[in-house]
Amino acid sequence: MTSLTLNSLALAASHMSTAETVGFWILAPIALLGALGVIFARSAVHAGLLLGLVMLSLGVVYGVQDAQFLMFVQLIVYAGAVMSLFLFVLMLVGIDSSDSLVETLRAQRPLALLLGLGFAVLLVAGIADATTGTTSAGLEEANADGNVLGLAKLLFTRYVFAFELTSALLITAALGAMVLTHREKIGPKLTQKMMMQERVRGGRPSPLPGPGVFARSNAVGTPALLPDGTAASESVSPSVAQTLAGRGVESVVGRHPATIDAQPAPVEPESFEAESFQPETFEAEPFEWAPSSPESPPEPEPATTEEDA
Amino acid sequence: MSPDWWLYLSAALFSVGAAGVLLRRNAIVVFMCVELMLNAVNLTLVTFSRINGDLDGQIIAFFVMVVAAAEVVVGLAIIVTIFRTRRTASLDEANLLKY
Repeated sequence: MTSLTLNSLALAASHMSTAETVGFWILAPIALLGALGVIFARSAVHAGLLLGLVMLSLGVVYGVQDAQFLMFVQLIVYAGAVMSLFLFVLMLVGIDSSDSLVETLRAQRPLALLLGLGFAVLLVAGIADATTGTTSAGLEEANADGNVLGLAKLLFTRYVFAFELTSALLITAALGAMVLTHREKIGPKLTQKMMMQERVRGGRPSPLPGPGVFARSNAVGTPALLPDGTAASESVSPSVAQTLAGRGVESVVGRHPATIDAQPAPVEPESFEAESFQPETFEAEPFEWAPSSPESPPEPEPATTEEDA
Repeated sequence: MSPDWWLYLSAALFSVGAAGVLLRRNAIVVFMCVELMLNAVNLTLVTFSRINGDLDGQIIAFFVMVVAAAEVVVGLAIIVTIFRTRRTASLDEANLLKY
């Protein structure tokens, strides 16, 4: 390649092509708005999905900038693995774990915004000062054999020691995650026989009522109704109740599970004297005479036991 | 337009990430903002690689990605461990060392 063509190539590469300019004005607003959405989204899941959008658009940016290998690494490692790990941990921790609105430091939020803005101004001024008059060389020469081959030549010659060290880093990280999340077993492993005995002696040998039985809808958040018209609070799983409470869902599927014990269920008007069949009277009787005759076989208790206390 | 515009974009993304680290209280969202800052730096490195005409910047960006992957694994494991013992993912709640 003659120096003339190299010069013209460098001159052509010092400016963005029209396609790249169009790409910039499409991708930069998407990335910037996505990043702003990450820090202003109320829900952590929304923040995670918006961060995935930012990572996807950055992957396209790498492709635009002649970094094809990094584009696919970005898409696979960041947008694929890291983001799914983030969302997995979010679901594990619970989507209701949103930010607390209690200010522990006075005026922290405006100060943080001010610091971010000032930092942006500082960076932009620094970049503008440093890059005036520079020309971009472009990667046409370095990518002559292809981007992957050029990277591999560097990675396995000049950077081979750092490359080998990353293997130690990855193994250490995997081991560290295993050690950190390891939980020691306390007590013996429950066998099927032990679980059976515990269930028979625990006062409720029958299965818990399913959600939505005889209720207006059969969603999992709707409690089943007892024969007297009151709601069986044990028919709603605690995790469902917690999730609904975290979302602030009050009345999509009947009533809020946390208020089941407080209010009786909306029963049909012709259901007779629901007051006389309050569950407290059910509970009191077996509690009275069960300890007096311990040698008798274990009595099945009525539906409302100490689990909803 | 010159490729410097990508640098401005990455500066903006980095600043947004830094503001998010200071603003948010949820540990996972703060961690996401740290990832955003790492991505912004990667964009800077890729643009530098193009401006300089060699592939060293892309190699360094590749190493940053490897380190970030390892960091995400360990950091999320720490968050899960703290959540398991203290039942919270809020940064304000982890204050035992204060007293």
